[in-house]
This record gives sequence, C-alpha cells and structure tokens, in this order.
Amino acid sequence: MFAKMSTKALNTWRLACYPASPVINRIITYPKWRYYATANLYSKDENHGRTTLDSSEIKMFSKQMSEWWDVNGYLKSLHAMNKVRIPLIRDGLIQTSERTLTPLQDKKILDVGCGGGILAEGLARLGANVTGIDASEDLINLAREHSETNPKIINNKPTYYHCTIENHIKTHKEHYDAVVASEVIEHITDKQLFVNSCVAATKPGGRLFFTTPNKTRISQFLTIFVVENIIKIVKKGTHQYDKFITPNELTFLLERNNCLVESIYGLFYNPLNNSWHFTNSQLLLYALQAIKLKSL
Amino acid sequence: MLLTRNIYQVFRTHRIISKNFNYNLRPLSSIEDAKYKGNYDIIIAGGGMVGCTLACALAKNSLFSTFKILLLESSPYKQFELRKEYSNRVVALSQNTKSLMSSLNVWKHIEDMRLQPVKHMQVWDACSDALISFNSADNYNDDVAYIVENDVLLHAVNTELNNTDNKNFNIVYEAKIADYTLPNSEEINPKSLVKMNNGDTYSCQLLIGADGANSAVRRAMGVQYLSWNYDQMGVVATLYLAEETDNTTAWQRWLPSGPIAILPLDSQRSSLVWSTWEDNAKRLLKLPEEQFVDELNDALWKQYPRSGAVEGCMSWVSGCLRRAGLPDGAARQLPPSVQGVASSSRAAFPLAFGHSTRYVANGVALVGDAAHRVHPLAGQGVNLGFGDVKELTELLADATYGGFDINDPSYLQRYESNRQRHNVPTQLAIEALHRLYTVDLPPVVLLRSVGLQLTNALHPVKVMISSVVVSSILVRFTTTEIIYKLTVDNRRTKKPHAVYFNKNHMLYIITKTACCIF
Repeated sequence: MFAKMSTKALNTWRLACYPASPVINRIITYPKWRYYATANLYSKDENHGRTTLDSSEIKMFSKQMSEWWDVNGYLKSLHAMNKVRIPLIRDGLIQTSERTLTPLQDKKILDVGCGGGILAEGLARLGANVTGIDASEDLINLAREHSETNPKIINNKPTYYHCTIENHIKTHKEHYDAVVASEVIEHITDKQLFVNSCVAATKPGGRLFFTTPNKTRISQFLTIFVVENIIKIVKKGTHQYDKFITPNELTFLLERNNCLVESIYGLFYNPLNNSWHFTNSQLLLYALQAIKLKSL
Repeated sequence: MLLTRNIYQVFRTHRIISKNFNYNLRPLSSIEDAKYKGNYDIIIAGGGMVGCTLACALAKNSLFSTFKILLLESSPYKQFELRKEYSNRVVALSQNTKSLMSSLNVWKHIEDMRLQPVKHMQVWDACSDALISFNSADNYNDDVAYIVENDVLLHAVNTELNNTDNKNFNIVYEAKIADYTLPNSEEINPKSLVKMNNGDTYSCQLLIGADGANSAVRRAMGVQYLSWNYDQMGVVATLYLAEETDNTTAWQRWLPSGPIAILPLDSQRSSLVWSTWEDNAKRLLKLPEEQFVDELNDALWKQYPRSGAVEGCMSWVSGCLRRAGLPDGAARQLPPSVQGVASSSRAAFPLAFGHSTRYVANGVALVGDAAHRVHPLAGQGVNLGFGDVKELTELLADATYGGFDINDPSYLQRYESNRQRHNVPTQLAIEALHRLYTVDLPPVVLLRSVGLQLTNALHPVKVMISSVVVSSILVRFTTTEIIYKLTVDNRRTKKPHAVYFNKNHMLYIITKTACCIF
C-alpha cells in the first residue's frame, strides 16, 4: 500500500496518524519499515536516533538495589529462576555428555541486562567467562561489589560494563559464544535494535538465549495483575503488557538476523514453592534458544 | 509436602511422637576447639546397607571427586568371612535395586558370594482359597526378586567402597556420635556439627542420616515422626526343606495371626520370616526344634475353618472368571514342608511402622529406615531405602552440575517430594494389607478374597503392581531440568537429562490398560 503512494500522500497519512509530531513543519520521508513500528520515544544518539535505553525502566530497577541479593527476599523468584536458566544455558552450550564441575570452561558469555549479577555469578560458578552489561550504573556497581564477596567465583569473577548493548558491540562484535538476555526484552522499547545488537555480539555458530513473558492475555492476567497486585511478589509497574513480545515475533526478529530458533520451552512459576518448571505451554513465560548461523 | 500433612491428619494414628526443638548453631568458638577434625562437604551418619550404598554411589560419581565425604559407622571394622551356614537375616531385592547395584559394580560381588533369584511368588490366604501368584515369565523373564543375606550385601558394598581410589572419601569405624548441632532453618550457608563421644568434632555442609529406625539425626531435626508398634514380632530362622527342589519360589501365607513367608536360599534351605503376635513369637522361640518344625508345617498346610458364604461367593466369582477365559486361581503349587531348623538360627525382631513427615531440613537429609519403616510382609523396606539413595545421588549430582551448593534447599526439597510421592503410597498399601489381613471376620475375608481373585485374574493389574514393586517407574509429576534437544546441524546423542510427564502420557497408559482388560 505504501509503495504506491506519493511522498505527499505519504506525509499526509503520517500527519494524520501522528498529529502531535514535533517535526510537523519538515516533510521527511522515512524508510518504509518505520511505518510499521509502534509509536516510540527516541532519544538522540549516534545510532541513527535509536537506542534501547529506557530511562524510566532504569530508574525503577535502580530503586530495588538494596534488596537485589536477598535470596529469600523480594527477588526470590529471580534467584529461583537460576535453577532453570543455568541448566538451559549449560545444556545449550556443552558438547559432551560427560559431566564435570566446570562444564562452561572457556566459554565467553554475555549477560545483557545483568542487573545485580544473579545470572552472571551463577554462570561464573560453572567456569564460564562472563561479561555482564546493564544500563543502570548503580546495579553494575552493586554487581561488581557482590562478585568480590562470593567465595565460589573468586578466581572467575564476571566483568561488568555500564553500557547499552548497541554501544558494547562497537568494541565486542562477534565476540561471544553465547548471549543471554533473560527477563530483559520486555523492558526494551526498540526490540529490533536490541535483537540486532545481541546477534551482532554473538560469534557465528554461537547461541542466543532469551527468557521473557509471552504477550498473551493469560500472561497479562497472571504475570502482571495477579503477581503485582494480589500476590505482590513483584513491584507494581515492573511489567507492561505492550512491551511483551510473543515467541513468534521474537522468532521473526531473530530470523531476519540469520539466526535459527532451535527450541522454545514454556516456563511456569509456582509461587507456593518458589520454584520454576519447564512446561509444554508457552502461554505464560518462555525460554527461547537460537543459534546464529554461519554466513555462507 | 502439604498433601502428606493433610493425609496424616485424616487418618489419625494411635501414637504420634513429635518433638519440636529449635537448635541453634553453636558459636564459632566450638569450631576452634582442639579436637575439631575438619570440615567436610558431606557426612553420612550410619554405615548400614543403605548408608554404605549411598557412600559408594557418591564416591563413584565423578562430579563429587573433589568433595570431602565422611562415613561414620558405630560398629567396629570386621573382616567378613562367608560361612557355610546362611545368616538368618535376609532381604528380598527388587529389580530396581539390582540395577542400582549393577551401576555401582556391587552386583557382581554379590553374585560371586551367594544370592538366590526368585522366579515365582505365591501368596495365598488361610481363611479362604484366594491366591495370587507372580511369575517371572509374565515380566519378560525378569526375576521377581533376589534373596540376599544382609551380611553378604553389606560386604559387597564395602568391598566396592574400599576399591574406590577416591582420596577424598573417608570412613571412621567405631564412631559413637554424641550430639548433632543442626543449623537454623533460615541460614543461607548451613553447616552442621557432629560431635563424637571421644570429643572429636566434624562440621559439614550436608549431613545425611542413614542411621536406622531410631535415627538420632531425625531426632535432632525435630521433625514429626509418625510411628506405631504392630505388637508383632518377626521370627526369622534358616530352614531345611523336606526334599531338594529347584528352590526359586517364594511362598507367603496369610494366617489370622500374621503372614508367614518362606524365602528360598538354595536347593535345600530357605529363610523364614514369620510375623506373628509378640507373645506367640516369644513362645515359638522357646519351643524345642521338632515342635517348632511342626508349628511351621501347620502354618503352611493346616486348613482353617472356612465360612460357607465366602466359599460360595468365591466359587461364583471363579466361575465367572472361567467363563471369561481368565485364570481362576484353581491352579496352584503346593508349598514345601519343612524338615528342620538350623541350630541357633531362630531369632525375632520387633515390627513397627514409622514415617517421618519431613525427610529434609536445612543442610540435612534422611535416607532409608531413618525416614520410613514398614512391615516386612511385602519385602519392601530396604528397597525403599535404595530408591532413596538413587534419587538423592541423582539430585545432588544435578545440583552440583548446575553450579549450586550441595545443600541447595530446592534440590533437597525435590528429593523429599519425589521420594514421599513414591514411599507414602507404598507404605499405605502395605499398612492397608496388614490391617486387612489381621482380621478374620467373614465380610472382610470375603472382600479380600474376591479382591485377590480378581487381581490375580487381571494380568495388567498384576503387571502394574509388580512393575511398581519390581522395576522402576521414573514418574515425575512436575517437569524438571533440561530436555533432550535436537539441533539442525549437530544432533547430540546425549541422553535426556530428565523425563517429561504430561497428561498425554497418562492417557496413553490408561487407554492401554483399558484395552488389555476389555
């Protein structure tokens, strides 16, 4: 439809859709794909005006800093999630069926949105060379401090950087055996840029792991309404339904970047037991594993 | 866990022992005592069959090769010699246990010594003609059970334990434990302290109680332990049979006073386990040998008065079964008669029921008789313990392989849930059988006889029972760790890490069973 319209008609349509646009006086044509994106707030950046930073999300997470590492405290569900995330990543990366104490030795893993380092330290315990990045400086400092105090990773501490993924790939392009973005993508506005950057950071033949809630009404009911208001194990405003992404959408984003989605598992959280399980149903949360194909 | 608590409130028992102590971890000064012998990753308290098997399983697992493991056994080290006479304490091992022992390289030691496979088991009632039999032919020629003496089994496990060249594994004999100091339930890095009679103190991250029915570890945990006495004792002896036969049949007869079981040992000898009332048991022990043999033969052969109603009903049911083409229980083998008893082999041990409501606490776990104790009528007691060992080893390995602590609470909790899910129904079934067969009122006799006839006739039901008893069903009602993954370009031949159980699988089993029946 848009291919046939003239520039003038295109801009008229654009003005009609976004009447409060600040650049109303300048008639600019954007590439066609931009008209398929939802309305977003973009801040000025070298990355053609796009970034994955969302300052309100960063502020919200920084406020929870003091409770981050309390295993039985407010974030106990995130600590419990290690019981499914770490085996998922470990089994996705190992090549032999022989079991050793450090199965992820010599594997470089990037934890995008590592927060206080819960997953990063868990992976470091398996011998992996972990790098954690987060957009919140407070959380990165907390993660660095905590990794000094954990005796089990004293020789294998994760490295932390305070930057966004699109900035990180400027120095670390195609550097990692695995990129993990667990419970991050539902806080990102520009998902396309985020997924592109994650894929760019992965070596060809490396793997990507995403865990996130699904964009279904039942997930909205359970993971937002019930969990934030009734059971109150997550602070209000942590998740927004509009920012959820379905496995199909995520698959499309990955396939556009020459990745093959290997498997998608459903996840289920039992609040009574504080335990996570893999299930058949992807309706609530899912864990997606993809491999970056080597280019021909 | 919630469910088991509710069940126990519904079925009240006549004596509940419960203690609720709150032990606090001692201040650091006790660790710096002169007699502090070191910190271990795992301490196993109790070196019986189950404790030693657990130690063997942990020592042989390569994941634990850098873990310091200590086994504390209170009896002194004895050099074992295989005597010509059989010991009077035997166990019937299931296929599940056999596969565990084979995986630990222990089974061949047992075979090198002595064991007797049971290919046929016949269980019949004294108050009626009901009978049920289990055959190895029905189960792909897998033996129904294996009869092994306790000493032989223990020695086989100990041989393998001493063969492991794991430098981080230690055994302390004549270890009389004075006291346990267990951590609080909220501690993040729990450490338990074990203090011996001679003042030595050990600390550990995970304490495993394998110290039998009167477990001191369980008492220190302060968990509620449901138990009651059966007022029965199990009389054991080694018997000489009247004639030499191919002795691969286990016999069990339900008398009104309790079941008598004859377990084969070799072509001429069998082992006796006769559960009967306490006063009767004590009387039997005092009888001279001929009279004891007469009582035995009576127990196996004597005809008890039958109720006409029960007889009539049963013949009607067997008529129906015959017309339906199903086995009606008329074909039965005759039990052996006993000629003599091995001298000084008569003994009796008390029988009781016990079940701990919690198998785990922060940094502590129970295995074997410390957690559960059953009536020997089904021969399941030690098999449940070996099932505990298998499950605990697997879960500890999973925890370590995922980089978690050895005493990680979610894995211990999973061990407790999985084992209770298996043990509690088994114990309830054994208890129900015991209660059903200790009354001889005609209605109860009728109910149990018709039930037994039908169970004997319906092959799938027998297969299901014997498969729960004999082989292993790894049913996990909650999905667990990582699943077998297929990738496009590198197909891994790794075995599945765990097994899904979903409702489609259950539906398949139900429809298959239904098709077999109808």
